[in-house]
Amino acid sequence: MKQTCLYDRHVKLGAKMVPFGGFEMPIQYTDITDEHQAVRQACGVFDVSHMGEVLVEGAEAEKFVQHIFTNDVSGAPVGKIFYGMMLHPHGGTIDDLLVYKMGDEKFFLVINAANIDKDYAWISRQAEQFDVQTENQSDSYGQLAVQGPEAEKVVEEVLALSCRELEFYTFKLIEAEGETLIVSRTGYTGEDGFEIYGSHAYIQAAWDRLIESKQAKPCGLGCRDTLRFEVGLPLYGDELSDEISPIMAGLGMFVKLDKEEFVGKEAVARQKAEGVQQKLIGIELEGRAIPRHGYEVVADDKVIGSVTTGYCSISTGKSVCMALVDTAYAKLDTPVQVRIHRKLQPGKVVKKRFYQKHYKK
Amino acid sequence: MANVIEGLYYSESHEYVKVDGEFGYVGITDFAQEQLGNVVYVDMPEEGDEVEAGSEFGAVESVKAASDLISPVSGEVVEINTALEDEPELVNKDAFANWIIKVKLSDASELDNLMSAADYRAFSSK
Repeated sequence: MKQTCLYDRHVKLGAKMVPFGGFEMPIQYTDITDEHQAVRQACGVFDVSHMGEVLVEGAEAEKFVQHIFTNDVSGAPVGKIFYGMMLHPHGGTIDDLLVYKMGDEKFFLVINAANIDKDYAWISRQAEQFDVQTENQSDSYGQLAVQGPEAEKVVEEVLALSCRELEFYTFKLIEAEGETLIVSRTGYTGEDGFEIYGSHAYIQAAWDRLIESKQAKPCGLGCRDTLRFEVGLPLYGDELSDEISPIMAGLGMFVKLDKEEFVGKEAVARQKAEGVQQKLIGIELEGRAIPRHGYEVVADDKVIGSVTTGYCSISTGKSVCMALVDTAYAKLDTPVQVRIHRKLQPGKVVKKRFYQKHYKK
Repeated sequence: MANVIEGLYYSESHEYVKVDGEFGYVGITDFAQEQLGNVVYVDMPEEGDEVEAGSEFGAVESVKAASDLISPVSGEVVEINTALEDEPELVNKDAFANWIIKVKLSDASELDNLMSAADYRAFSSK
Protein backbone atom coordinates (compact mmCIF):
# COMPACT_ATOMS: atom_id res chain seq x y z
CA MET A 1 0.00 0.00 0.00
CA LYS A 2 1.38 3.42 -0.99
CA GLN A 3 1.34 6.51 1.20
CA THR A 4 1.16 10.15 0.16
CA CYS A 5 3.67 12.74 1.33
CA LEU A 6 1.13 13.84 3.97
CA TYR A 7 0.59 10.40 5.53
CA ASP A 8 2.33 11.20 8.84
CA ARG A 9 0.33 14.40 9.17
CA HIS A 10 -2.98 12.54 8.71
CA VAL A 11 -2.05 10.04 11.38
CA LYS A 12 -0.99 12.81 13.75
CA LEU A 13 -4.34 14.56 13.23
CA GLY A 14 -6.07 11.31 14.24
CA ALA A 15 -7.54 10.53 10.83
CA LYS A 16 -9.17 7.20 10.19
CA MET A 17 -7.06 5.72 7.37
CA VAL A 18 -8.48 3.40 4.69
CA PRO A 19 -7.16 1.88 1.48
CA PHE A 20 -8.20 3.80 -1.64
CA GLY A 21 -6.80 3.41 -5.13
CA GLY A 22 -3.71 1.64 -3.83
CA PHE A 23 -3.00 4.34 -1.22
CA GLU A 24 -3.64 4.58 2.50
CA MET A 25 -5.85 7.65 2.64
CA PRO A 26 -7.74 9.56 5.36
CA ILE A 27 -11.46 8.88 5.12
CA GLN A 28 -12.27 11.34 7.90
CA TYR A 29 -10.50 13.33 10.60
CA THR A 30 -13.46 14.00 12.86
CA ASP A 31 -16.79 13.48 11.20
CA ILE A 32 -17.87 13.25 7.55
CA THR A 33 -20.87 15.53 8.09
CA ASP A 34 -18.83 18.32 9.75
CA GLU A 35 -16.17 18.12 7.05
CA HIS A 36 -18.84 18.17 4.33
CA GLN A 37 -20.45 21.28 5.82
CA ALA A 38 -17.09 23.03 6.17
CA VAL A 39 -16.63 22.76 2.40
CA ARG A 40 -20.20 23.85 1.62
CA GLN A 41 -20.07 26.79 4.00
CA ALA A 42 -16.44 27.88 4.43
CA CYS A 43 -13.26 26.07 3.38
CA GLY A 44 -11.79 22.59 3.53
CA VAL A 45 -8.45 21.17 2.42
CA PHE A 46 -8.01 17.68 0.94
CA ASP A 47 -4.86 15.69 0.37
CA VAL A 48 -5.28 14.52 -3.21
CA SER A 49 -1.65 13.61 -3.73
CA HIS A 50 -2.76 10.12 -4.71
CA MET A 51 -3.95 11.46 -8.06
CA GLY A 52 -1.72 10.59 -11.02
CA GLU A 53 0.02 13.05 -13.34
CA VAL A 54 1.32 12.34 -16.84
CA LEU A 55 3.22 14.86 -18.94
CA VAL A 56 2.86 14.69 -22.73
CA GLU A 57 5.32 16.68 -24.82
CA GLY A 58 6.36 16.80 -28.44
CA ALA A 59 5.58 18.04 -31.91
CA GLU A 60 2.44 15.87 -32.10
CA ALA A 61 1.33 16.39 -28.50
CA GLU A 62 -1.98 17.99 -29.45
CA LYS A 63 -2.71 15.40 -32.13
CA PHE A 64 -1.96 12.67 -29.60
CA VAL A 65 -4.20 14.13 -26.89
CA GLN A 66 -6.98 14.51 -29.46
CA HIS A 67 -6.51 10.81 -30.27
CA ILE A 68 -6.81 9.44 -26.72
CA PHE A 69 -9.21 12.02 -25.22
CA THR A 70 -12.94 12.54 -25.86
CA ASN A 71 -13.02 16.32 -25.39
CA ASP A 72 -11.66 18.76 -27.98
CA VAL A 73 -8.47 20.61 -27.02
CA SER A 74 -7.71 21.93 -30.52
CA GLY A 75 -6.84 25.60 -30.71
CA ALA A 76 -7.27 26.11 -26.97
CA PRO A 77 -5.29 28.85 -25.24
CA VAL A 78 -2.46 27.91 -22.90
CA GLY A 79 -3.85 27.78 -19.36
CA LYS A 80 -7.11 26.09 -20.26
CA ILE A 81 -8.28 22.82 -18.64
CA PHE A 82 -10.57 20.19 -20.14
CA TYR A 83 -12.52 17.38 -18.51
CA GLY A 84 -13.12 14.23 -20.54
CA MET A 85 -12.42 10.53 -20.85
CA MET A 86 -10.06 8.04 -22.42
CA LEU A 87 -12.09 5.27 -24.04
CA HIS A 88 -11.60 1.70 -25.11
CA PRO A 89 -12.35 1.05 -28.77
CA HIS A 90 -15.66 -0.53 -27.60
CA GLY A 91 -16.67 2.72 -25.88
CA GLY A 92 -16.13 1.68 -22.26
CA THR A 93 -14.19 4.15 -20.14
CA ILE A 94 -10.50 3.60 -19.33
CA ASP A 95 -10.53 6.66 -17.07
CA ASP A 96 -11.91 10.15 -16.69
CA LEU A 97 -9.30 12.86 -16.46
CA LEU A 98 -8.35 16.51 -16.65
CA VAL A 99 -6.11 17.79 -19.43
CA TYR A 100 -4.13 20.98 -18.73
CA LYS A 101 -2.83 22.78 -21.82
CA MET A 102 0.63 23.97 -20.81
CA GLY A 103 1.94 24.88 -24.24
CA ASP A 104 1.30 24.22 -27.91
CA GLU A 105 3.35 21.03 -27.58
CA LYS A 106 2.84 20.29 -23.90
CA PHE A 107 -0.11 18.82 -22.01
CA PHE A 108 -0.48 17.69 -18.39
CA LEU A 109 -2.92 14.85 -17.72
CA VAL A 110 -4.42 14.28 -14.26
CA ILE A 111 -5.74 10.75 -13.79
CA ASN A 112 -7.32 8.65 -11.04
CA ALA A 113 -5.03 7.02 -8.48
CA ALA A 114 -6.52 3.55 -8.92
CA ASN A 115 -5.91 3.72 -12.68
CA ILE A 116 -2.37 5.09 -12.84
CA ASP A 117 -0.73 1.84 -14.01
CA LYS A 118 -3.53 0.93 -16.42
CA ASP A 119 -3.69 4.45 -17.86
CA TYR A 120 0.04 4.90 -18.25
CA ALA A 121 0.37 1.55 -20.00
CA TRP A 122 -2.40 2.58 -22.39
CA ILE A 123 -0.99 6.07 -22.94
CA SER A 124 2.51 4.68 -23.62
CA ARG A 125 1.22 2.16 -26.10
CA GLN A 126 -0.86 4.73 -27.99
CA ALA A 127 2.07 7.18 -27.97
CA GLU A 128 4.20 4.84 -30.08
CA GLN A 129 2.38 6.01 -33.20
CA PHE A 130 3.03 9.70 -32.47
CA ASP A 131 5.96 12.07 -32.23
CA VAL A 132 5.55 12.58 -28.47
CA GLN A 133 7.28 11.76 -25.20
CA THR A 134 5.25 10.80 -22.17
CA GLU A 135 6.35 10.77 -18.56
CA ASN A 136 4.51 9.38 -15.55
CA GLN A 137 5.20 12.08 -12.92
CA SER A 138 2.74 10.71 -10.35
CA ASP A 139 5.39 10.03 -7.72
CA SER A 140 6.98 13.48 -7.91
CA TYR A 141 3.87 15.58 -7.32
CA GLY A 142 1.92 16.21 -4.16
CA GLN A 143 -1.48 17.83 -4.57
CA LEU A 144 -3.88 19.77 -2.37
CA ALA A 145 -7.49 20.67 -3.11
CA VAL A 146 -8.65 23.78 -1.24
CA GLN A 147 -12.42 23.91 -1.63
CA GLY A 148 -15.35 26.03 -0.49
CA PRO A 149 -16.75 29.54 -0.75
CA GLU A 150 -13.77 30.91 1.22
CA ALA A 151 -11.15 28.99 -0.77
CA GLU A 152 -10.04 32.00 -2.81
CA LYS A 153 -9.43 34.08 0.31
CA VAL A 154 -7.57 31.22 2.01
CA VAL A 155 -5.28 30.47 -0.95
CA GLU A 156 -4.52 34.18 -1.39
CA GLU A 157 -3.96 34.97 2.29
CA VAL A 158 -2.65 31.80 3.91
CA LEU A 159 -0.62 30.44 1.01
CA ALA A 160 0.12 33.85 -0.55
CA LEU A 161 -0.68 32.49 -4.01
CA SER A 162 -2.43 34.96 -6.26
CA CYS A 163 -5.35 33.06 -7.74
CA ARG A 164 -8.19 35.59 -7.78
CA GLU A 165 -8.09 36.21 -11.51
CA LEU A 166 -8.17 32.53 -12.46
CA GLU A 167 -11.38 31.56 -14.21
CA PHE A 168 -13.13 28.25 -13.68
CA TYR A 169 -11.21 25.43 -15.39
CA THR A 170 -8.06 27.48 -16.00
CA PHE A 171 -4.64 27.31 -14.34
CA LYS A 172 -1.38 29.16 -14.08
CA LEU A 173 2.17 28.42 -13.06
CA ILE A 174 3.33 30.24 -9.95
CA GLU A 175 6.94 30.53 -8.79
CA ALA A 176 7.08 29.96 -5.03
CA GLU A 177 9.66 28.60 -2.59
CA GLY A 178 12.09 28.03 -5.45
CA GLU A 179 9.82 25.86 -7.53
CA THR A 180 7.06 26.10 -10.12
CA LEU A 181 3.60 25.26 -8.82
CA ILE A 182 0.54 24.48 -10.90
CA VAL A 183 -2.54 26.23 -9.49
CA SER A 184 -5.95 25.66 -11.06
CA ARG A 185 -9.51 26.71 -10.34
CA THR A 186 -10.89 23.19 -10.28
CA GLY A 187 -12.25 20.67 -7.81
CA TYR A 188 -14.57 17.80 -7.14
CA THR A 189 -17.00 19.22 -4.61
CA GLY A 190 -19.45 21.44 -6.50
CA GLU A 191 -18.01 24.48 -4.70
CA ASP A 192 -15.51 27.08 -5.80
CA GLY A 193 -11.96 25.98 -5.14
CA PHE A 194 -8.42 25.40 -6.23
CA GLU A 195 -6.05 22.53 -6.80
CA ILE A 196 -2.35 23.03 -6.19
CA TYR A 197 0.37 20.74 -7.55
CA GLY A 198 3.91 20.93 -6.21
CA SER A 199 6.85 19.00 -4.79
CA HIS A 200 6.29 16.88 -1.70
CA ALA A 201 8.21 19.45 0.36
CA TYR A 202 6.04 22.32 -0.84
CA ILE A 203 2.79 20.40 -0.34
CA GLN A 204 3.82 19.43 3.20
CA ALA A 205 4.65 23.04 4.10
CA ALA A 206 1.46 24.35 2.49
CA TRP A 207 -0.64 21.76 4.33
CA ASP A 208 0.94 22.75 7.66
CA ARG A 209 0.27 26.43 7.00
CA LEU A 210 -3.37 25.76 6.11
CA ILE A 211 -4.01 23.58 9.16
CA GLU A 212 -2.22 26.01 11.53
CA SER A 213 -4.22 28.95 10.14
CA LYS A 214 -7.44 27.15 11.14
CA GLN A 215 -8.99 28.71 8.03
CA ALA A 216 -9.15 25.40 6.16
CA LYS A 217 -10.58 22.31 7.84
CA PRO A 218 -8.78 19.04 7.02
CA CYS A 219 -11.25 16.97 5.02
CA GLY A 220 -11.11 13.27 4.15
CA LEU A 221 -12.20 11.17 1.22
CA GLY A 222 -15.50 10.41 2.99
CA CYS A 223 -16.83 13.92 2.48
CA ARG A 224 -15.09 14.22 -0.88
CA ASP A 225 -17.43 11.44 -1.98
CA THR A 226 -20.60 12.89 -0.40
CA LEU A 227 -19.79 16.32 -1.87
CA ARG A 228 -19.15 15.12 -5.42
CA PHE A 229 -22.13 12.78 -5.28
CA GLU A 230 -24.61 15.49 -4.27
CA VAL A 231 -23.77 17.57 -7.32
CA GLY A 232 -23.90 14.57 -9.66
CA LEU A 233 -20.18 14.25 -10.42
CA PRO A 234 -19.12 10.72 -11.41
CA LEU A 235 -16.52 8.61 -9.64
CA TYR A 236 -14.57 6.16 -11.77
CA GLY A 237 -15.43 2.67 -10.53
CA ASP A 238 -18.99 3.71 -9.64
CA GLU A 239 -20.54 5.77 -12.44
CA LEU A 240 -17.85 5.12 -15.06
CA SER A 241 -15.92 1.91 -15.72
CA ASP A 242 -14.36 -0.22 -18.41
CA GLU A 243 -17.93 -1.25 -19.25
CA ILE A 244 -19.74 2.06 -18.66
CA SER A 245 -19.36 4.61 -21.46
CA PRO A 246 -19.74 8.36 -20.95
CA ILE A 247 -22.91 8.21 -23.05
CA MET A 248 -24.47 5.71 -20.63
CA ALA A 249 -23.36 7.93 -17.75
CA GLY A 250 -25.01 11.01 -19.27
CA LEU A 251 -21.66 12.70 -19.89
CA GLY A 252 -22.07 13.10 -23.66
CA MET A 253 -21.26 16.81 -23.43
CA PHE A 254 -17.62 15.87 -22.80
CA VAL A 255 -17.50 13.62 -25.89
CA LYS A 256 -16.96 15.68 -29.03
CA LEU A 257 -18.23 13.56 -31.89
CA ASP A 258 -17.45 16.33 -34.38
CA LYS A 259 -13.73 15.69 -33.79
CA GLU A 260 -12.00 13.98 -36.69
CA GLU A 261 -11.09 10.91 -34.66
CA PHE A 262 -10.43 9.52 -31.19
CA VAL A 263 -10.26 6.02 -29.76
CA GLY A 264 -13.79 4.78 -29.15
CA LYS A 265 -15.45 7.37 -31.40
CA GLU A 266 -17.30 4.86 -33.61
CA ALA A 267 -18.68 3.01 -30.59
CA VAL A 268 -19.95 6.10 -28.75
CA ALA A 269 -21.29 7.64 -31.97
CA ARG A 270 -23.32 4.47 -32.47
CA GLN A 271 -24.55 4.61 -28.87
CA LYS A 272 -25.61 8.21 -29.33
CA ALA A 273 -27.40 7.49 -32.61
CA GLU A 274 -29.07 4.22 -31.66
CA GLY A 275 -29.50 4.84 -27.94
CA VAL A 276 -28.00 2.89 -25.05
CA GLN A 277 -29.47 -0.08 -23.22
CA GLN A 278 -28.59 1.23 -19.79
CA LYS A 279 -28.52 4.76 -18.49
CA LEU A 280 -27.37 6.45 -15.33
CA ILE A 281 -30.26 8.04 -13.43
CA GLY A 282 -30.94 9.69 -10.10
CA ILE A 283 -33.41 8.12 -7.65
CA GLU A 284 -35.04 9.77 -4.67
CA LEU A 285 -36.54 7.43 -2.08
CA GLU A 286 -39.61 8.19 -0.01
CA GLY A 287 -38.19 6.84 3.25
CA ARG A 288 -34.88 7.17 5.04
CA ALA A 289 -33.35 3.79 4.18
CA ILE A 290 -30.01 4.34 2.46
CA PRO A 291 -29.31 2.91 -1.00
CA ARG A 292 -25.69 1.86 -1.42
CA HIS A 293 -23.39 0.76 -4.24
CA GLY A 294 -24.50 -2.55 -5.74
CA TYR A 295 -28.04 -2.64 -4.33
CA GLU A 296 -30.69 -3.83 -6.82
CA VAL A 297 -33.08 -1.42 -8.49
CA VAL A 298 -36.48 -3.00 -9.17
CA ALA A 299 -39.49 -2.03 -11.27
CA ASP A 300 -42.42 -4.07 -12.61
CA ASP A 301 -41.27 -6.89 -10.29
CA LYS A 302 -37.94 -7.33 -12.05
CA VAL A 303 -34.40 -6.15 -11.46
CA ILE A 304 -33.73 -3.26 -13.86
CA GLY A 305 -30.29 -2.20 -12.65
CA SER A 306 -28.17 -1.36 -9.64
CA VAL A 307 -27.13 1.54 -7.46
CA THR A 308 -23.76 3.12 -8.29
CA THR A 309 -23.54 5.56 -5.35
CA GLY A 310 -26.09 6.43 -2.67
CA TYR A 311 -26.35 8.40 0.56
CA CYS A 312 -28.67 10.17 2.86
CA SER A 313 -27.76 13.52 1.29
CA ILE A 314 -26.07 15.68 3.91
CA SER A 315 -27.28 18.94 2.38
CA THR A 316 -30.91 17.93 1.78
CA GLY A 317 -31.47 15.07 4.26
CA LYS A 318 -33.04 12.90 1.57
CA SER A 319 -32.12 9.32 0.70
CA VAL A 320 -30.91 9.52 -2.88
CA CYS A 321 -28.71 7.56 -5.26
CA MET A 322 -27.37 7.30 -8.74
CA ALA A 323 -28.11 4.02 -10.49
CA LEU A 324 -27.45 2.38 -13.81
CA VAL A 325 -30.77 1.02 -15.14
CA ASP A 326 -32.52 -0.21 -18.27
CA THR A 327 -33.16 2.81 -20.45
CA ALA A 328 -36.90 2.01 -20.52
CA TYR A 329 -37.06 3.12 -16.88
CA ALA A 330 -34.85 6.21 -17.12
CA LYS A 331 -37.55 8.85 -17.61
CA LEU A 332 -38.04 11.42 -14.84
CA ASP A 333 -40.73 10.52 -12.28
CA THR A 334 -40.77 6.82 -13.23
CA PRO A 335 -41.61 4.85 -10.06
CA VAL A 336 -38.78 2.48 -9.08
CA GLN A 337 -37.77 0.60 -5.94
CA VAL A 338 -34.42 -0.14 -4.35
CA ARG A 339 -33.88 -3.36 -2.40
CA ILE A 340 -32.38 -2.36 0.95
CA HIS A 341 -31.91 -5.00 3.68
CA ARG A 342 -34.37 -7.33 1.88
CA LYS A 343 -37.14 -4.73 1.75
CA LEU A 344 -38.17 -2.88 -1.39
CA GLN A 345 -38.09 0.86 -0.77
CA PRO A 346 -40.25 2.99 -3.08
CA GLY A 347 -38.87 5.99 -4.93
CA LYS A 348 -38.87 7.74 -8.27
CA VAL A 349 -36.45 8.79 -10.98
CA VAL A 350 -35.11 12.32 -10.49
CA LYS A 351 -32.29 14.42 -11.94
CA LYS A 352 -28.80 13.28 -10.98
CA ARG A 353 -28.02 16.62 -9.39
CA PHE A 354 -29.29 16.50 -5.82
CA TYR A 355 -27.74 19.82 -4.82
CA GLN A 356 -26.94 22.92 -6.87
CA LYS A 357 -23.29 23.61 -7.73
CA HIS A 358 -21.76 26.89 -6.62
CA TYR A 359 -18.92 27.43 -9.04
CA LYS A 360 -17.42 30.86 -9.54
CA LYS A 361 -17.35 31.39 -13.26
CA MET B 1 -13.73 5.92 27.14
CA ALA B 2 -17.01 4.32 26.18
CA ASN B 3 -19.63 3.83 28.85
CA VAL B 4 -20.52 0.29 29.98
CA ILE B 5 -23.53 -0.20 32.27
CA GLU B 6 -23.65 -2.79 35.04
CA GLY B 7 -26.40 -5.38 35.00
CA LEU B 8 -26.78 -5.61 31.20
CA TYR B 9 -25.74 -8.53 28.98
CA TYR B 10 -23.30 -7.88 26.13
CA SER B 11 -22.47 -9.62 22.84
CA GLU B 12 -19.19 -9.77 20.93
CA SER B 13 -20.86 -7.92 18.06
CA HIS B 14 -21.49 -5.00 20.47
CA GLU B 15 -25.20 -5.33 21.17
CA TYR B 16 -26.63 -5.26 24.68
CA VAL B 17 -29.71 -6.78 26.31
CA LYS B 18 -31.41 -5.11 29.23
CA VAL B 19 -33.64 -7.71 30.82
CA ASP B 20 -37.00 -6.69 32.29
CA GLY B 21 -38.97 -9.74 33.41
CA GLU B 22 -39.73 -11.87 30.37
CA PHE B 23 -38.65 -9.09 28.00
CA GLY B 24 -35.26 -7.95 26.75
CA TYR B 25 -34.47 -4.51 25.32
CA VAL B 26 -31.81 -4.85 22.61
CA GLY B 27 -29.62 -2.02 21.35
CA ILE B 28 -26.03 -1.23 20.42
CA THR B 29 -23.43 -0.33 23.02
CA ASP B 30 -21.89 3.07 23.57
CA PHE B 31 -18.64 1.61 22.23
CA ALA B 32 -20.42 0.59 19.01
CA GLN B 33 -21.99 4.00 18.44
CA GLU B 34 -18.60 5.65 19.00
CA GLN B 35 -17.03 3.40 16.39
CA LEU B 36 -19.83 4.03 13.89
CA GLY B 37 -19.95 7.80 14.15
CA ASN B 38 -23.13 9.69 13.32
CA VAL B 39 -25.99 7.24 12.90
CA VAL B 40 -28.20 8.38 10.02
CA TYR B 41 -30.55 5.41 9.70
CA VAL B 42 -31.63 2.42 11.76
CA ASP B 43 -33.15 -0.48 9.86
CA MET B 44 -35.53 -2.34 12.21
CA PRO B 45 -37.70 -5.44 11.94
CA GLU B 46 -41.46 -5.19 12.38
CA GLU B 47 -43.48 -5.97 15.46
CA GLY B 48 -44.38 -9.63 15.43
CA ASP B 49 -41.18 -10.68 13.62
CA GLU B 50 -39.14 -13.45 15.23
CA VAL B 51 -35.47 -12.81 15.93
CA GLU B 52 -32.93 -15.52 16.57
CA ALA B 53 -29.81 -15.34 18.71
CA GLY B 54 -26.77 -14.90 16.44
CA SER B 55 -28.83 -13.80 13.44
CA GLU B 56 -29.12 -10.43 11.77
CA PHE B 57 -32.26 -8.44 12.53
CA GLY B 58 -31.51 -5.02 11.03
CA ALA B 59 -28.74 -2.52 10.52
CA VAL B 60 -27.39 0.74 11.86
CA GLU B 61 -26.00 3.03 9.23
CA SER B 62 -23.53 5.88 9.34
CA VAL B 63 -22.99 8.23 6.40
CA LYS B 64 -20.47 5.87 4.91
CA ALA B 65 -21.44 2.33 5.89
CA ALA B 66 -24.13 -0.06 7.06
CA SER B 67 -23.42 -2.40 10.00
CA ASP B 68 -25.60 -5.41 10.59
CA LEU B 69 -27.38 -5.78 13.90
CA ILE B 70 -27.02 -9.27 15.36
CA SER B 71 -29.59 -10.31 17.92
CA PRO B 72 -28.07 -11.56 21.18
CA VAL B 73 -31.33 -13.33 22.07
CA SER B 74 -34.21 -15.21 20.45
CA GLY B 75 -37.88 -14.35 20.61
CA GLU B 76 -40.70 -12.28 19.23
CA VAL B 77 -40.26 -8.56 18.58
CA VAL B 78 -43.05 -7.00 20.64
CA GLU B 79 -42.03 -3.39 20.11
CA ILE B 80 -39.63 -1.36 18.03
CA ASN B 81 -38.25 2.02 19.06
CA THR B 82 -40.16 4.16 16.56
CA ALA B 83 -38.42 7.32 17.83
CA LEU B 84 -35.37 6.14 15.88
CA GLU B 85 -37.28 6.34 12.60
CA ASP B 86 -37.18 10.13 12.69
CA GLU B 87 -34.23 10.64 15.03
CA PRO B 88 -31.66 7.90 14.43
CA GLU B 89 -29.07 10.19 16.05
CA LEU B 90 -30.61 9.37 19.44
CA VAL B 91 -28.41 6.25 19.31
CA ASN B 92 -25.37 8.54 19.43
CA LYS B 93 -26.81 10.69 22.22
CA ASP B 94 -27.47 7.75 24.55
CA ALA B 95 -27.09 4.26 23.13
CA PHE B 96 -28.29 2.55 26.33
CA ALA B 97 -31.44 4.68 26.75
CA ASN B 98 -32.31 4.30 23.09
CA TRP B 99 -32.81 0.59 22.65
CA ILE B 100 -33.78 -0.65 19.18
CA ILE B 101 -36.13 -3.62 19.71
CA LYS B 102 -38.01 -5.12 22.66
CA VAL B 103 -38.03 -8.92 22.50
CA LYS B 104 -40.19 -11.43 24.38
CA LEU B 105 -37.42 -13.85 25.36
CA SER B 106 -38.10 -17.40 24.25
CA ASP B 107 -35.06 -18.90 25.97
CA ALA B 108 -33.66 -17.03 28.97
CA SER B 109 -30.74 -19.46 29.16
CA GLU B 110 -29.27 -17.75 26.06
CA LEU B 111 -28.28 -14.90 28.39
CA ASP B 112 -25.63 -17.21 29.86
CA ASN B 113 -23.76 -17.03 26.54
CA LEU B 114 -23.38 -13.27 26.81
CA MET B 115 -20.79 -11.16 28.62
CA SER B 116 -21.15 -9.28 31.88
CA ALA B 117 -20.34 -5.57 32.06
CA ALA B 118 -16.87 -6.34 33.45
CA ASP B 119 -16.14 -8.88 30.72
CA TYR B 120 -17.42 -6.55 27.99
CA ARG B 121 -15.36 -3.66 29.33
CA ALA B 122 -12.27 -5.82 28.99
CA PHE B 123 -13.38 -7.17 25.59
CA SER B 124 -14.06 -3.76 24.03
CA SER B 125 -10.85 -2.16 25.29
CA LYS B 126 -8.68 -4.82 23.65
